[in-house]
Amino acid sequence: MTPITVRVDGAAYTDDVEPRTLLVHYLREQLGKVGTVVGCDTSNCGACTVHLDGEAVKSCTVLAVQADGCEVTTIEGVARGAVLHPVQKAFHEMHGLQCGYCTPGMIMASIDLLKDNPDPSEDEVREGIEGNLCRCTGYQNIVRAVQHAAAEMRGDTSASNGHSGNGHVRPAVVDTAAAPHVAVQA
Amino acid sequence: MTAVEERAEAAAPEVGKARRRKEDARLITGRTQWTDNLVLPGMLHLAVVRSPVAHARIASVDVTAAREAPNVVAVFTGADLAEEQGSLPCAWPVTPDMVNPGHPSVAVDRVNHVGEAVAVVVARSRVAAQDALELVDVDYEPLPVVLDMEAALADGAARVHDHIDSNRSFHFVFDAGEMGTGSATDQAFDDAEVVVSRRFVQQRLIPAFMEPRAVVVQPQGDNYTMWSSTQVPHILRLMLAMVTGTPEHKLRVIAPDVGGGFGGKLQVTPEEVLTFLVARRLGKPVKWAENRSESLMSAHHGRDQIQYIDIASDRQGNVKGLRCRILADMGAYLRLVTPGVPILGAFMFLGIYKFPAYRFECDGVFTNKTPTDAYRGAGRPEATFAVERIMDELAVELGMDPLELRRKNWINADEFPFTTAAGLEYDSGDYDAATREALQLIGYDELREEQRRRRESGDPVQLGIGFSTFTEMCGLAPSRVLGSLSYGAGGWEHAAIRMLPTGKVEVVTGASAHGQGHETAWSQLVADRLGVPFEDIEVLHGDTSVAPRGLDTYGSRSLVVGGVAVVNAAEKVVAKARRVAAHLLEASEEDLEFSGGSFGVRGTPGTGISIQEIALATFAAHNFPEGMEPSIDAEATFDPENFSFPHGTHICAMEVDTETGFVKIRKYACVDDVGTIVNPLIVEGQVHGGLAQGIAQALYEEAVYDEDGNLTTGTFVDYLVPSAADLPHFDTGNTVHAAPGNPIGAKGVGEAGCIASTPAVVNAALDAVRHLGVTDIRMPLTPERVWRPIHQGGDGGDRAPAGSNAYGGAQTETTTGVSTEASALGGDR
Repeated sequence: MTPITVRVDGAAYTDDVEPRTLLVHYLREQLGKVGTVVGCDTSNCGACTVHLDGEAVKSCTVLAVQADGCEVTTIEGVARGAVLHPVQKAFHEMHGLQCGYCTPGMIMASIDLLKDNPDPSEDEVREGIEGNLCRCTGYQNIVRAVQHAAAEMRGDTSASNGHSGNGHVRPAVVDTAAAPHVAVQA
Repeated sequence: MTAVEERAEAAAPEVGKARRRKEDARLITGRTQWTDNLVLPGMLHLAVVRSPVAHARIASVDVTAAREAPNVVAVFTGADLAEEQGSLPCAWPVTPDMVNPGHPSVAVDRVNHVGEAVAVVVARSRVAAQDALELVDVDYEPLPVVLDMEAALADGAARVHDHIDSNRSFHFVFDAGEMGTGSATDQAFDDAEVVVSRRFVQQRLIPAFMEPRAVVVQPQGDNYTMWSSTQVPHILRLMLAMVTGTPEHKLRVIAPDVGGGFGGKLQVTPEEVLTFLVARRLGKPVKWAENRSESLMSAHHGRDQIQYIDIASDRQGNVKGLRCRILADMGAYLRLVTPGVPILGAFMFLGIYKFPAYRFECDGVFTNKTPTDAYRGAGRPEATFAVERIMDELAVELGMDPLELRRKNWINADEFPFTTAAGLEYDSGDYDAATREALQLIGYDELREEQRRRRESGDPVQLGIGFSTFTEMCGLAPSRVLGSLSYGAGGWEHAAIRMLPTGKVEVVTGASAHGQGHETAWSQLVADRLGVPFEDIEVLHGDTSVAPRGLDTYGSRSLVVGGVAVVNAAEKVVAKARRVAAHLLEASEEDLEFSGGSFGVRGTPGTGISIQEIALATFAAHNFPEGMEPSIDAEATFDPENFSFPHGTHICAMEVDTETGFVKIRKYACVDDVGTIVNPLIVEGQVHGGLAQGIAQALYEEAVYDEDGNLTTGTFVDYLVPSAADLPHFDTGNTVHAAPGNPIGAKGVGEAGCIASTPAVVNAALDAVRHLGVTDIRMPLTPERVWRPIHQGGDGGDRAPAGSNAYGGAQTETTTGVSTEASALGGDR
């Protein structure tokens, strides 16, 4: 067993882990951070994506011991209390999820993508999240969500409302308007 | 202005609104309840020893070392569990003489496919259980491996199951002439001026839901609670009782958050039964959670048919008959609805066309592979592919435009309801309207012009346009129809509505959502019917104690069957509340009008009482109508009279690089008619997701077995679930023809995109290279599969024929020297 100290979603943890323990298993089984999930065993699906010292990593390809001394942010740590991260809110607004299993990883990868490229084109979003698989949505609404969040985080208020000035937005209480991209012919 | 009028004006109908989903809040924040998240005190972990060989006699299983491993609590072999495991159920004997070889959850003396369970290890931790797997020593005596369906049916073929006579499970025939639903098929072909015959291959696919399966079983005295990542908690509970002998009323099954299914979790699995048996034996909570490789290898697969299709027509392109002979790969065993999948398809091969004559024959064939069963569309994608491909082939034969041929033969809008030669009554639609809109959406004329330019200039990148004008049957299912097809259950759905004292509403549904958004859509339905706010409604599902009756979610049935049960229950609540309102308002029921959630006396402004106030008055029950029980709660069970038939026109524009074989979807447009739309956001999402899976069948996915029966696409490295970069933007639209068969008017949408898109994509690729002499390309359209017919003829061939390795040309140390000529196919990976 090897002792490690990590900060996860703002709290400090000290644990003994087997050297072979993957970060994702440490997060889920020792810390109870079950918001982060496992979708494959070959690092193809990205469902387990978290931020390690601010960079998106697939936590199934990182050993827990490699995270010693690092700061980890999971899907459970990106909102500030009840205030959602703009990417979380955009996934909701644009219907960027169905079953929701890929969603934590998809959101974490998207946040990292927008850090590197605050105004990605559709193709850049598609390339940027190609390490994350979704079986439900066909990706189109995920792409919309990422671009929608990008506009909001850039302060482009035409794309959103409720900006609170710190990059975080309050979730809409009630959504009643038809989504602008949905056209239904009567 | 009266209070009632104000309320009525304020409330625009919920149905039709693009409500953002209620489900999202927990899913976007990681506050989810996947089965594998569950931890119970004293919980043990189960891991499964799986067969590495496709067909063998089990000579011995030595578990001594595994039992001694640290933290291992128990090890059970097939012999240990043989007496109590029963056989996994097959609910669909499609013919009276169908042969079901039986399906042990853990192999006792034979293994019949790679990945079959041979023993289970139970330990204190998941890691300890997995570590001990390799300590179980199994001695296998190899038997001949049966992989090819046509070879499997030949005289003298080796048998998958030596206790039954052949590898044929059933021979199912539907003949329209004999059934009286059409004219004689052989005569139609004898008289035909043109007959086109083709052999199509529906490759084997893997549902590949994102959440791997998991099961937890907790014994409590002689009661058991099972949490499972399943689409079908109700069916699972019933089947578990029948398989294990534990009385049904001692079982509770919970499907918590479930991460996708697509038919892949419409099953009663060996692992569910094994986890249950072990928990029952040990009296301790037990968890099993699979990894992805296990999932791809042992969860059921889909599709896998060889289709011989003949179409008859006159020279003017009027179709005269369709004849289908299908070989359907069952895999090694019959699971829940394995044989029923191709039979569901049997009634859809005619598509939207007025074929006067039709004959369908299907053999269910055993092979030493993972069993097949439902996968999104379940029989209908296979049927739609066949008819939409053969219509294009007929158009080529006749020198007609493929759309002109379709127009000439499809059912016109004024001909509904229309009964096909397969005996189905199509309910409503307008195929021409959907097609016109789709042509506009994709910019058809410009694309045809570009195609002409590229042809003339001999551009190495050619453009093709492919159509799929499809319909499907949704809303499984009228119970009488299921009965006539020998299915083991009905097709109704149940709902209950509970009016709480504070005016909040609980809606209980037997449909079991796993990503479809039932909580949102059902809230919209109930908000309209009861006139209560969307936010005041909670939808409960997926727990047999909470929602005790139901038949779950599959077959595009939830809204069109389960949603109708919800609506009917709401109407009953209103009827009961009306009686209470009349009592409280001292009026007669006939004088009350119900609008915007309130009852008022007609012509007497300001007298209203809301249904939420009536809920409180009912709770108090101080002042209640004489002889009425103090409740306005209601239940309803809905059994549809008929299926509903959504339809649509899908158009794919495809670029094909003739030098490299690389294909790229340039544009994809579709206009679907799914009847009345409850939530356009959810409908659009369902179409997108279906398109992705249908396109993936055409371009990327195939479960490949090597000559020894090893699944060589057993990880996401090899089984190509497409990423965002692999898929195009979709232009989608809708026409709306309400379904006449249900009060919502909805037709079902969950499978439409998946059923329609595959042939559109393949037809587009062929349209791009047909002038180069290409007549067929096998799916998936890998660059090599596309390049080969262009330059060498044929249809692209198998990706991994017998005698080869799936990787083909990509030689490794282990494949060097064993590659055959045919095996040099796989360089496309």
